[in-house]
Amino acid sequence: MIGDRVAVVGAGMTKFVRRAQETPKELAWEAAHLALRSCEMTIDDIDAIVIGTAPDAFDGVHMKSEYLSDGCGAWGKPVIRGYVGGGTGVFAAIQGWYHVASGLFDTVLVVCEEKMSSCRPHPQAAFLTIFDHTTERPLKPNLLWIFALEMNAYMNRYGLSKRDIATVSVKNKRNAADHPAAMLGDPDITVEDVLNSPVLAWPVQRLDVSPVTDGAVALVMSANHVARRVTDRPVWVEGVGWNLDTAYWTNRDLAYPVYVEEAARMAYDMAGISEPRKQIHIAEPYDPFDYKELHHLEGLMLFDRGEAPRAAADGVTQRDGDLPVCPSGGLLGVGNPIAAAGLMKVAEIFWQLRGEAGARQVPGNPKRGLAQAWGDLMQVGTVVVLGV
Amino acid sequence: MDEFVYDSVYLSSRDLREGRVLFETWQPNAQYAWDAGVAISRYLQEFKAGKLIGRSCPECSRVLVPPRMFCESCFCPTDDWVTLEDTGTVLTFSRCTITWDLVQLEEPQMPAVIEIDGASPGMGIMHMLGEVDPEALAIGMRVRAVWKPADERTGSVTDIAYFKPLKE
Ligand SMILES: [Zn+2]
Repeated sequence: MIGDRVAVVGAGMTKFVRRAQETPKELAWEAAHLALRSCEMTIDDIDAIVIGTAPDAFDGVHMKSEYLSDGCGAWGKPVIRGYVGGGTGVFAAIQGWYHVASGLFDTVLVVCEEKMSSCRPHPQAAFLTIFDHTTERPLKPNLLWIFALEMNAYMNRYGLSKRDIATVSVKNKRNAADHPAAMLGDPDITVEDVLNSPVLAWPVQRLDVSPVTDGAVALVMSANHVARRVTDRPVWVEGVGWNLDTAYWTNRDLAYPVYVEEAARMAYDMAGISEPRKQIHIAEPYDPFDYKELHHLEGLMLFDRGEAPRAAADGVTQRDGDLPVCPSGGLLGVGNPIAAAGLMKVAEIFWQLRGEAGARQVPGNPKRGLAQAWGDLMQVGTVVVLGV
Repeated sequence: MDEFVYDSVYLSSRDLREGRVLFETWQPNAQYAWDAGVAISRYLQEFKAGKLIGRSCPECSRVLVPPRMFCESCFCPTDDWVTLEDTGTVLTFSRCTITWDLVQLEEPQMPAVIEIDGASPGMGIMHMLGEVDPEALAIGMRVRAVWKPADERTGSVTDIAYFKPLKE
């Protein structure tokens, strides 16, 4: 690995809610404040700030990370904002890693915030401009189309039914019932509930989709020598990877996320992982839609192509299964404040590897886990592997 | 970890309805004029003539649609215009029954990715399907462009009204 070892030493978050009274700045502060407190540090101990937040158009604030920066503890410090759409939350942790691994900084506070509720009448308005302005927007596309088109391509390739996929939504919403920040935890939800929910853009139904959410998450990352001083349970960043596919999305194979595979290979190589199915003990793949968890598990090479649905049906991905997947409850259950949701996944792996996940704790003292996010025009994969 | 979750304030619909919270609103008035560019201008000119065209790459030999002046894979200039068919194969589709702001539609919209005959395998464009029973839609279905009458074409992707099933 490049440079010195880098650890995650603290994490904090807000509740994930449909509409928070707090401003984005206030949400960022709440998460940052608790992340610092969790490792008994103050903002004076922090050398640099990484801010992750998704489209400015959600907030209607141009350069929203500058607006947010005070709540992120950025006054008077080196600051960077990364933005790769839905992939931002995990990418922010990657940026935190290379800030420290470069040797330039000993301590970095990574803060991801999203307030989607401000965008009226629906934050989808901000997403309409993702389509090509000349070749696609005259057709008046809505964002759900691309997920529906991708989900249908995936289902058709492997002969999957809606029932095969709905199990993911059920698992994650049930898992989220044990998460203190969760918005949509439901211990009693069933596959029938998902299958009977309103159709939005077939095959996508309401309960296949994660909700509009406000929230923030923060991590403290540090160099080896600081980590040893501030905690007896550092969680090490073992590998990072990120990769981008072509923006000509209608020219891609929508049934397989090759960019996730490339990002995973980069992270596994760095972590010295040759057999991910044996060496990864927990996974938090990005699950804004239920099929995406399956799609991503295959891209991460944790299951053969088209085989993740069967593994899910067999209970392999339950919290007490062979490979617990989204023990947090994921975006489907905890909520999906875009950038914050990705960093929530990294925080979940941190808490799980430290044995601090409470009612969500996966059994068997897991030693290594990964978080993955996805975004831009359905084309970016970001992966972080953590270990103890 | 419970102590590291902040007790953030959740606004209920009642808080909003009863005016218990303060907020400010704003509506932007932003207008844009996008130049179609070198490749797409030529592509859309051909739409007026009722034709689809692509662009070929001298290095990987792919025929690309939508056409582009450079190959993003080889990162070299593309070098030739290629006339394509106005027929193709449905790679994937949806039946969308809501608008982007979640208003129910009376008639489903049927967006699809359509692989265009004469372009390289997998080269699809997004367009709409029509004149088809929504329940009869299938991946792999063969389709043909339904062009608007010549005097109604404006050099837009909407010069194709939709693609309909092709009887072969
Ligand atoms: Zn080429």
